[in-house]
Amino acid sequence: MIPFRLLTCLFLALAMQMAQAGPKIERWQTTGGATVLFVENHSLPIVDVQVDFAAGTAREAAGKAGVASLTRSLLDLGAAGMDEMQIASRMADLGAKLSGGVDMDRASVTLRTLSMPDKREPALAMLRAILSSPQFAADVFDRERARSIASLKEALTRPDAIASRAFWAAMYGAHPYGRYATPESVGALTRADVLAFHAGNYTAQRASLAIVGDLSRAQAKAVAEELTAGLPSGPGGLAIAVPEMPAAGEQRISHPAAQAHLLLGLPALKRGDPDFFPLSVGNYSLGGGGFVSRLMKEVRDKRGLAYSVHSYFLPLQQLGPFQLGLQTKKAQVNDALQVAREVLANFLDQGPSEAELKAAKQNLIGSFPLRLDSNRKLLENVAMIGFYGLPLDYLDHYPENIEKVTVADVKAAFSRHVRPEHLVTVVVGGE
Amino acid sequence: MPMPYPRLILLVLAAPLLALANPYEQQLANGLRVIVREDSRAPTVVHMVWYRAGSMDETNGRTGVAHVLEHMMFKGTPTTGPGEFNRRVAAAGGRDNAFTSRDYTAYFQQVPKQNLSEMMQLEADRMRHLNLDVREFGQEIRVVMEERRLRTEDQPQSLLLEQLTAVALQVHPYRVPIIGWMNDLENMTASDARLWYDNWYAPNNAYVVVVGDVDHDAVFQLAEKHYGALSARSLPVRKPQDEPPQVGVRRLTVKAPAELPVVMMAYKVPVIRGVESDVDPYALEMLSAVLAGHEAARFSRHLVREQRLAVNATASYDSVARGPGLFYLYGSPSEGRTRGELEAGLRAELARVQEQGVAADELRRAKAQLIAGQIYKLDSMFAQAMEIGQLESAGISYTMNRRMIEKLQAVTAEQVQAVARKYFREELLTVAELDPQPLPPPRARSPFVFRH
Repeated sequence: MIPFRLLTCLFLALAMQMAQAGPKIERWQTTGGATVLFVENHSLPIVDVQVDFAAGTAREAAGKAGVASLTRSLLDLGAAGMDEMQIASRMADLGAKLSGGVDMDRASVTLRTLSMPDKREPALAMLRAILSSPQFAADVFDRERARSIASLKEALTRPDAIASRAFWAAMYGAHPYGRYATPESVGALTRADVLAFHAGNYTAQRASLAIVGDLSRAQAKAVAEELTAGLPSGPGGLAIAVPEMPAAGEQRISHPAAQAHLLLGLPALKRGDPDFFPLSVGNYSLGGGGFVSRLMKEVRDKRGLAYSVHSYFLPLQQLGPFQLGLQTKKAQVNDALQVAREVLANFLDQGPSEAELKAAKQNLIGSFPLRLDSNRKLLENVAMIGFYGLPLDYLDHYPENIEKVTVADVKAAFSRHVRPEHLVTVVVGGE
Repeated sequence: MPMPYPRLILLVLAAPLLALANPYEQQLANGLRVIVREDSRAPTVVHMVWYRAGSMDETNGRTGVAHVLEHMMFKGTPTTGPGEFNRRVAAAGGRDNAFTSRDYTAYFQQVPKQNLSEMMQLEADRMRHLNLDVREFGQEIRVVMEERRLRTEDQPQSLLLEQLTAVALQVHPYRVPIIGWMNDLENMTASDARLWYDNWYAPNNAYVVVVGDVDHDAVFQLAEKHYGALSARSLPVRKPQDEPPQVGVRRLTVKAPAELPVVMMAYKVPVIRGVESDVDPYALEMLSAVLAGHEAARFSRHLVREQRLAVNATASYDSVARGPGLFYLYGSPSEGRTRGELEAGLRAELARVQEQGVAADELRRAKAQLIAGQIYKLDSMFAQAMEIGQLESAGISYTMNRRMIEKLQAVTAEQVQAVARKYFREELLTVAELDPQPLPPPRARSPFVFRH
């Protein structure tokens, strides 16, 4: 068995080396002012590109809720003289895939293509067309608006969607993060609203590109220039206002579902805040660490109150939420809420134990290679670093930033970011 | 220097040869098969244990027991306390979970590669030494009932699918939901779980799949070390329980709180039983891609975009399964259009294929997607392990994957038209409709209550 032990040692050495080093990321700006991050990787004949614009829902004007999402969904439904079917057929012929979406901060367009020139070049040309000259045809606009209204109406019958909306509204009030689309707000949107939103937000100055895969640096540079050359020029994004902290409170909304949905939280954390590390370590023990968290133990394992219970921080451009959530059958909603509150209060009071801290670090550092073991995961990380302007060595230093967190750091960070006097609770359903 | 184009040709041409060597396979004396695929792109590994026991092996009155046992597998052995399994995986820098299907139950861990041995030790331990403590069972069965409420009771589309399947199939155990009927869960005991465990959790009813930055010989030695001591056991006899012929269309309606109506149709079709000899399942796969494989496919093009009859419409078919096959069509009508109109629209699309066939460029497009999908799959070790595991669960050797892709690429337009004519017939059809019910008017939202 000696060869074995030797092998294990080798594995260990390699893994340690990997754990310290993230991928080699290069960053530059296009002549038009877009930021580009690139990771060269030739292990598979694939190229992934993500283009993020500071064009999320937070950029919607009051009264125009829904325009960010509608604009993004119309982007690839007609561009540069091609109608939506020509675009979709061509992409399918190439085996290329377009995807993306919208969150509070970002609107994303993602392309995955094979890297052979006869596939890659036409696929990238299509992406360029979509970015630089989307048509927003009137009949397509009408149809997509109607589909969007239909899916919103459906969502508004679902307890999880109702809870999520009420929760964000309770946390953020009139702040842009608290707004959400309704069938009425989408119904009032016009094609002109979409054109204006696109012109003001999908600009080179607001674009951030992430490119991962089978390209040389020179090729990536040319691709980035090409993709962004046709983007409209405009001012960079204004800062999003600091949200006002809500007063603690509880809202109950009736619903006939078998389970009640519970959400607790508050605006808590910005991207780039150094407290991200102690909060990540602490939240692992509280409700982030899958099956081993305190919430999972108390709510699920000990009492069988829920199938899923979680907590997380969602750092955004401005203070993104800390959220604790679970679902439970309606008769036991108050029991579950009480247990969740006790677990949280106890954690805020005492922080993690030394053993919990050690376990959290062990997992967060040990599992670091799993966060980067595919081009897809690399792309997500690199796009996030690029969009939020995090340091290029963010991934390289992630393990050591986790390692140096102490129990006192966790307690202090939680006391700064999760203050009970601002904690809002939303319960949908129950008895 | 990157020279991607020649390399891809090499990849495609050399694949049949490579397939002989990688993945690698070895069977232990106790019958456990170990399949290893080397992929050195990152210093991680995925380890999966698949048991050939899923909800289709359950009996009436004990539906859901396969999935309940999956939950209990995390509740401890004499040497690994309750919850300890998850703690050990987490400490190893890993992620783990499990999933139960109609055909199988599978467990996996994704870990930095140096921790594979520990994962095998943990899995081998619970393959034979599960505690199945009565008190733990009493807690966990409540969790499973919450899971059923979350995933089925409160999800109108899941309810619809559950009811459709139970009507389309009357004899074969595929008719039963994987999570089980609520009443069976309410009456389940720890000894039901024990019986299930003793029946099916044996090395000769399992296989291990490992994909990652490993050396296959080293993995085989680890497998021998950890799993080798477990004994093979005789397994219960599996009865075919073949579905008798359907003799006419079946229809049902589900009423549930929702906004959008849904029409869901299911035709009885074959699945792959002989990789070489079969033709129809491959043609059905290509038909599914032509109908709904991408944004420019027929359903999206005709029903959603041109006619604006549907807000969404799709098709789904899986040719790899232990049990009988169903080809599903489903969608929601646009506002102002009825369920009947959408059903007629879906049927008109099928009739068009039956009468006029499919165009060469439609088929070529579906095949281009297929090939690209095979390459994209290489970006995920997990997806590669899933592919091996799922083929094996249906009794198809993972070594046949390449051959199946070739068979799919060889499908002709005539074969697609032929399967449309052969299987899209009234007497093979079940239609389910979701009839949306308005929510009771919400009681006035409680004003925001301030907590002190």
